[in-house]
Amino acid sequence: MIALLTRDLRLAIRAGGGFGLGLAFFLIVVVLVPFGVGPQSALLSTIAPGILWLGALLACLLSLDRILALDWEDGSLDLLATSPLPMEGIVSAKALAHWLTTGLPLVLAAPVLGILLNLPVAGFGWLVASLALGTPALSVIGTFGAALTVGLKRGGLLLSLLVLPLYVPTLIFGAEVARRGAEGMALTTPLALLAGITCGTIALLPFASAAVLRANLR
Amino acid sequence: MSLNALWEFANPRKFIATTDRVLPWVAWAAALMLVAGLVWGFFFTPDDFRQGSTVKIIYLHVPSALMAINAWLMMLVTSLVWIVRRHHVSALAARAAAPVGMVMTLVALATGALWGQPMWGTWWAWDPRLTSFLILFLFYLGYIALWEAIENDDTAADLTSILCLVGSVFALLSRYAVNFWNQGLHQGASLSLDKQENVADVFWYPLLATIAGFVLLFVALVLMRTRTEIRARRMRALLARERMQA
Amino acid sequence: MVLSVSDLSVARGGIPVLEGVSFALNPGEALVLRGPNGIGKTTLLRTVAGLQPALAGSVEAAPESLVYAGHADGIKATLSVEENLNFWARVFGTGDISAAIAAFDLGPLAARPAGALSAGQKRRLGLARLLVTGRAVWVLDEPTVSLDRDAVAMFAGAVRAHLAAGGAALIATHIDLGLSEARILDLAPFRAAPLAADDFDGAFL
Repeated sequence: MIALLTRDLRLAIRAGGGFGLGLAFFLIVVVLVPFGVGPQSALLSTIAPGILWLGALLACLLSLDRILALDWEDGSLDLLATSPLPMEGIVSAKALAHWLTTGLPLVLAAPVLGILLNLPVAGFGWLVASLALGTPALSVIGTFGAALTVGLKRGGLLLSLLVLPLYVPTLIFGAEVARRGAEGMALTTPLALLAGITCGTIALLPFASAAVLRANLR
Repeated sequence: MSLNALWEFANPRKFIATTDRVLPWVAWAAALMLVAGLVWGFFFTPDDFRQGSTVKIIYLHVPSALMAINAWLMMLVTSLVWIVRRHHVSALAARAAAPVGMVMTLVALATGALWGQPMWGTWWAWDPRLTSFLILFLFYLGYIALWEAIENDDTAADLTSILCLVGSVFALLSRYAVNFWNQGLHQGASLSLDKQENVADVFWYPLLATIAGFVLLFVALVLMRTRTEIRARRMRALLARERMQA
Repeated sequence: MVLSVSDLSVARGGIPVLEGVSFALNPGEALVLRGPNGIGKTTLLRTVAGLQPALAGSVEAAPESLVYAGHADGIKATLSVEENLNFWARVFGTGDISAAIAAFDLGPLAARPAGALSAGQKRRLGLARLLVTGRAVWVLDEPTVSLDRDAVAMFAGAVRAHLAAGGAALIATHIDLGLSEARILDLAPFRAAPLAADDFDGAFL
């Protein structure tokens, strides 16, 4: 499983692996927002936590179809399925690799983009905390979506349609933590719920993803 | 009828034969209950003292909202039956119910908007109930799109049933998340068995009639659509056999 | 006996293609599957490898003893030959890839990115993967596609060495591998009767 993880990381970093694409997308979305809503700093600082969360979510979505589709195309997925690795382990390793190459850079870049959107100083810590806690759930849920659509020719659009409704609870609690953090309000409840969602999805969803992937490989 | 006898209907032939006899009765009963309930509700009940005649949209709004959720529950049960016992009719029934459920969700949203405009002064508000229904609509959309996208029938049944299970958990989570996110305008449940502050009896009886009508309508539509799905499936199997022989 | 298949029926896209297939492999034996296109060789091999369920019958093999190689080699273009093999060696928990590199003459290519290989060289890399898995039973689907004559001989040599070491191989192919000791099983007699309606779509027919 570690072998699979390191291979995926290496593939992502090498040329054509798409590493950094999500990050660039995140930057562009955040830069475009003031053009859409106007440059008033008060308005921007109110919506900053939500925009940053939404931008991170969309950037995450962008790279989901690469999680499994590439391995499907070149036949590695068949070979992995007949290898000693359990399918649950394969999808978990894939989700972790996706988080390390997409989610983690987004978490690290978010404070910089927060400056662009005039995020209140108190909010930076909580923004990073909420993203760090929430993006793993996005990767795991996204892997489930990728497993559902892996055999399809034009699965990308369907993947978004399937995954976005599943992202709703994570987005709500994550953005709520970031917003309350920026406004200096109590945020233990949404933080605990966000952590609960992340832990729950990491613990349970790989079983669903593995079952789906097995059905797709038939 | 024992539970074992119920599995008999998992045989497509038996299902078609039985529904041949049952379907007209269900359809006529649905029509009867709907016409009776709606005519009674629209013409023979007084206007509400606060809401005026707009209250009458309740006879469409509440039953469709109920069925929107119950249709998903039915899909959840039939998906589980498919996963556990692999009865093809069960998977096809889930497939057949999804568009009906989606239309019920749309009707609930549309009648809600029509009702909300005079009452709350707005067509739409990001109220928890309204938002949850919108999310439910998205779940229906994704579920139907997945069925349409996959060619192999059994694979499609497997994937959609797992999506239905996972989706149910996330729909429930979303419901609570949305509740947490915004406290809303929508009134609490207007129907419950244990509370005193229900709607008055004059509205309650015609409402019961329309709810029964919607349930029967849903059953009739799902039976009809399941029969269509079974026949489409049979056609694909026959065509595939034809190709094999050629 | 390392692999025993009894009365196996397999389906492609919900339609039965083969039924009643039975054979057994002992250590040191190779079995070549023959049959026209579309008879279900790939489907049979995928069923044996556990990628898809059988309609009927059973496949018995010691756990973790099979390795499958299909039409696609599962090679990552941006990884070098060595890195590709090392990955599979780690997945299967074996360490040494030098024997595999030697057997398929990949030494001069070891550091080259797999994307820069020719089709035949890629195939050799895909077959070299079998050696690093350390598994006893090879389940191979058209292993000689895009190989030249020398490479086919190289492959036959690798299979022979594997059999000599107590391994076994189940190979679907339509060319002569030069493996005189291999038994041949023609799948044509096992073609599923199209009118048999007791398959799982039976109720729909």
